[in-house]
Amino acid sequence: MWLLRAISPSGWFWIGAFGISLFLAEHAKSWSRAHDMRWLMDTPRAIRFPIKDDISDFMDWLVNSATFGLFTFTQFTRAISWLIEQPYLLVKSMLVTGWVQGFGDNAVQLLPPFSWIAVIVTVFAMGYYARNLWLGLFVAACFLYLAIFGQWESAMVTLSSILIAVPIGVAGGLLLGVLAYRWRWFNMAISPVLDLMQTVPIFAYLVPILFLFGFGPVAALLATIIYAMPPMVRITTLALKSVPEEIREFGLMAGCTNRQMTWKVLVPAANRSLMVGVNQVIMLSLNMVIIASMIGAGGLGYDVLTSLRRLDIGGGLEAGVAIVVLAIALDRLSQAFADRNPPDHSALPASPVRRHPWITTCLLVALGTGIAGLFLPALQTYPRELWITTGNFWSKLVEYINVNFFDQIEAVKTFMLVTFLVPVKRFLLGLPWPWVIALLTYAGWQLGRWRLALLVLLMSLFILVNDLWDKAMVTVYLVGVSVVIASLIGIPIGIWSAQHKRADRVVAAIIDTLQTLPSFVYLIPVVMLFRVGDFSAMIAVVLYALAPAIRYASHGIKTVDPQLIEAGVVSGCTRRQLLWRIRLPLALPEIMLGINQTIMLAISMLVITALVGTRELGQEVYIALTKADTGRGIVAGLSIAFIAIIADRMIAAGATRARKRLGLEAAR
Amino acid sequence: MLKTHFLGAAFAGALAIGLSASPVLAAESEEPIKLTLHDWTGQLITTNIMGEVLKKAGYNIDYVQADYIAQFAGLKTGDLHVAMEIWETTGREAMDEATATGNVENLGETGMQAIEEWWFPAYMKDVCPGLPNWEALNDCAEDFSTPETAPSGRYLGGPVTWGGFDDERAEALDLDFEVVHAGTDAALFAELESAYQRQAPILLWVYAPHWAPVKFAGEWIEFPKYEAACYEDPSWGVNPDMAYDCGKPRGPIWKVAWSGVKDKWPGAHDAITKFKISNEDMGAMVAAVDLEGKDLDAVVAEWMNNNEATWKAWIE
Repeated sequence: MWLLRAISPSGWFWIGAFGISLFLAEHAKSWSRAHDMRWLMDTPRAIRFPIKDDISDFMDWLVNSATFGLFTFTQFTRAISWLIEQPYLLVKSMLVTGWVQGFGDNAVQLLPPFSWIAVIVTVFAMGYYARNLWLGLFVAACFLYLAIFGQWESAMVTLSSILIAVPIGVAGGLLLGVLAYRWRWFNMAISPVLDLMQTVPIFAYLVPILFLFGFGPVAALLATIIYAMPPMVRITTLALKSVPEEIREFGLMAGCTNRQMTWKVLVPAANRSLMVGVNQVIMLSLNMVIIASMIGAGGLGYDVLTSLRRLDIGGGLEAGVAIVVLAIALDRLSQAFADRNPPDHSALPASPVRRHPWITTCLLVALGTGIAGLFLPALQTYPRELWITTGNFWSKLVEYINVNFFDQIEAVKTFMLVTFLVPVKRFLLGLPWPWVIALLTYAGWQLGRWRLALLVLLMSLFILVNDLWDKAMVTVYLVGVSVVIASLIGIPIGIWSAQHKRADRVVAAIIDTLQTLPSFVYLIPVVMLFRVGDFSAMIAVVLYALAPAIRYASHGIKTVDPQLIEAGVVSGCTRRQLLWRIRLPLALPEIMLGINQTIMLAISMLVITALVGTRELGQEVYIALTKADTGRGIVAGLSIAFIAIIADRMIAAGATRARKRLGLEAAR
Repeated sequence: MLKTHFLGAAFAGALAIGLSASPVLAAESEEPIKLTLHDWTGQLITTNIMGEVLKKAGYNIDYVQADYIAQFAGLKTGDLHVAMEIWETTGREAMDEATATGNVENLGETGMQAIEEWWFPAYMKDVCPGLPNWEALNDCAEDFSTPETAPSGRYLGGPVTWGGFDDERAEALDLDFEVVHAGTDAALFAELESAYQRQAPILLWVYAPHWAPVKFAGEWIEFPKYEAACYEDPSWGVNPDMAYDCGKPRGPIWKVAWSGVKDKWPGAHDAITKFKISNEDMGAMVAAVDLEGKDLDAVVAEWMNNNEATWKAWIE
C-alpha cells in the first residue's frame, strides 16, 4: 500500500499515459486503416510544408547571383578562404612539404620541412617547459610512435590543419564569448546558434561549405572550426562571469576603460578557465579529422578511410591510434600550459639566447638536422626500413573470433533483438503522431512551463510538416535503446570506479581512447561479427556514448559532500546503505547530466551509423550529402538537432528540479 | 625574401627552357591540372596512370583528395579539373546535373564496364545446385536466411544512394528474399569477408572492377538480361504487371572534366579523351595492390612500361 501512496498524482498520470501508449501502439495502425484515418500515422498531405527546396533555391541564389554591388557573395567567401589558406600553406610547408618552387615533377625543393627529430625535440621542450621532464618524455614518445609506425607524414598533415583550426576557433570563440558577456541580447541571440552548431551533423552543411569556400583543405578547416568553436564561446562567457568581484573593482579603481577592463583585467584573470576551452577546441577538432578528410583534408583520416575500404583492419587501427596519440599528446600539453604557474619575470638574463634556452635549442636542432639531413636522409625523414607494423594480426584476430565464436555471438544478438530492440521499435512506430506531440508538450509544460512546452511543440511540428516523422521515430528508437544500454553499463562502472582509485585510472584511460578513436576503426569488425543492421549500429553508438555516462557518474559520486557521508557513518550506515541512501541520491543530478551528454553523443553518432546501414535521419543526411542536395541535408540535420535540443532541455529542467528538491541548488 | 624570389625566377626560367623543347606545352598553361582522388583503389590507379601520362607530355599535375559526389561542386567552379571515374551506375544523376550547367564536360568512356549484380560465393553451389540461375533462388531462400529474416532469404543490397531497384526486383520476380541495405561498401564487403571466412551462406551486391570478385570465388546470379524496356515497360518479361523483372544494366565508366580544361590545356584535354583501359587490366592491377600488397606507384609504373605504345598514342 505504501508504494501506491508514494506515487504522486503526476506519477499516476504518466503511468496511465504509458498504458494508453502501449494500447495505441498495438492497435492504432490497424484502427486508423479500418476507419480511413491514415493521417493519424503519417503526416497528412494538407500540413506538409517541406522547406527543403526553398533552402536549395536560396543556396543557388547565394552561390550564383547574390552580390554586394562591388563584388559577389561567392567572391567574398572565396577571399576569406584565400586568407585562411595562406597560414595553412605556411604551416604545411614547415611540417610536410618544405618550400617548393614549380609544380609537379619539375618542382624543386628549396628548403626541406622540419625533420622528424626537430619536431620531436620541439614537443619535448614544450612538455618540459609546461610542466616537467616526464611530460616532455611522454609527449616525445607519442610523436615517436607516429614516426615508428610510418604515420609521420599523414600525422603532420593532420597536425597542420589542427594548428590552423585551433587558433581560429579559439580566437573566434573568445571574441564571441566576450561579446556575449558584454551584451545580454547578444548572449540571447547566439545561444540557440551555438546549440545548432553543436547538434546539426556536419554532413548536413558540408555541401554549402564546399559551394561557397571551394574544394580542399580550407572547406575542411571551416567545417572543423564550426564544430569545435561553441564550447570556447560558452566557457569564455562563463569564465568572465566568474572572475572575482575584487579584481573587477580593482580594475574600476585603476580607471580602466571598457576595453582595458576586458582585455587587460578580465581575460587575463580568467586565463585558467579559458585554457579549458582551448583544450575542448583541440579535442573536438581532432574528432573531426575523419570527416574533414572526406572533403580533401587528407592526413590520418584519409588513411583510416582507405584502409577500411580494403578491409585492412590493422592499417585502419594503426592510423586510428595515431589520431588518439596525437589527441592525447596535444591534450596533455594544453592542460599543462593551463596549470602552469605564471613565470617569474624578475631574474631574467639579458641575452635573448640565454633568456629562451629552449627556443634556441629547438632552432639549433632544426637547423642542424636539416643540414645533416642533406647528407644523411635518415635524419630528415624517418627511414622506411625501420617502420613497424602490426600487419595482419588484427585481421587474423577478428577472423579467429568470427570463425570460432560466431554462433554464440549470434545467439546473444538474436536474444537482444527479439526481447528488446524489436518491441521498442514497433512500439514507437505504432504511436500516432498527435498523441506523441501532445504527451511531449505536456511533459515540457510540467518541467519548464509554457516556454519549454512551446519549444517542444514547435520543434516536433517542424519534423512533422517536413514529412520526416517515421525517420525521426526510428532515430529516437536507435538513440533511446543505445542510451539505455550505455547507461546500464556506464553508470555502474562509474560508481564502482569512483570508489577504487586504481580502477579509476584504468577506466579513464579506456574512455579517453574510446572517445578519440575514430568510430570508423571499429565499424568493420562490428559489421563482420554482427552483420549489417540495427544491432551493429547500436553497438557502435554504445561504444562511443559510454564515456560521459561513466565520467559523470564517477564525478557525481566523488563530489558528494564528505560531511554528509561522515554523518552517515556516524549514524551507523552500512556500506550498502551509504551507497544507496546517501551517495546515489546526492549524485543523481550529476548522473542525469551524464545521461544528457550520453544522448548528445549518441545523436552525434547517427551519421556514422548511417554508414552501417540504418534507416533514420542520419541516413537522410548522408543521402543528401551524396546527392549534393543542400536543402534535404539541412532539413534532416535540423530535425536531428531538434530531437537533441528537446532531450537536452527536458533533462536539464529535470536535473534542476531534482537539485532543488535535494537542497543543492540553494547551497550554490 | 628577395633571394627566394630570385631563385624562383631562375628556376622558372630553367623550367621554361627545358620544357620549350616539348611542343605540346608551348601555348598551354603551366598551372597544375588537378585530378581528383577518391577512396577506392581502382580509381587511384586510373587517375595515377592518367597523371603519369600527362606528366610525360610535360604537364604539371596535382592530385587532390575529394569525395566522389561532392567533387562536382569543385568541378563546376574550376577548383578541380578532372575526375577519371564516374560510374554510369552510381554517378549518372550527379554527372547529368553537372553537365547540364555547362561548366562540366563529359570526356567519354574510360573503356571499363561497370558490372553490378547479385553475387554468391562458389561454395553455395553445393547447397543450392540450381545456381546461378535466378529461378533457383526461391528453392534455396531458407538456406540464405538469418534469424531476423527467416524463413525468407536475406539479400544484402548496396547503400540506398546507389539506387539499383533491388526492392522492386525482389518483388517483381516474386523472390522470397528480404532486401537489407548496407550503408557503405566497406560494410558490404565486411559482411562478405566474414561470411566467406565461415563458409556461411550469403547473397549480396558485388560490383566490378573491384578486388572482391578477384579475391573470393563466386558467380553473379543470372537474371533475365537487362533491356531498357524492362525498366520502363511493366508488360515486358516474366511479370506482366511490374517493371524491373530483369538483371541490372551494365554501363560504362565515364571521365569528366571542368569545361575550362579544353581552352587552358587543349593537349591534355585531347589525351584524357583518348584514355582507354580494359576491365581485365584494371582488375589485375587492383588485385596486385589490394591483395598482394604491392605499392600502387610501382603497379602503375609497371603498366606504363608494358603499354608504352598505348599511352604514347594518347599524347601525340
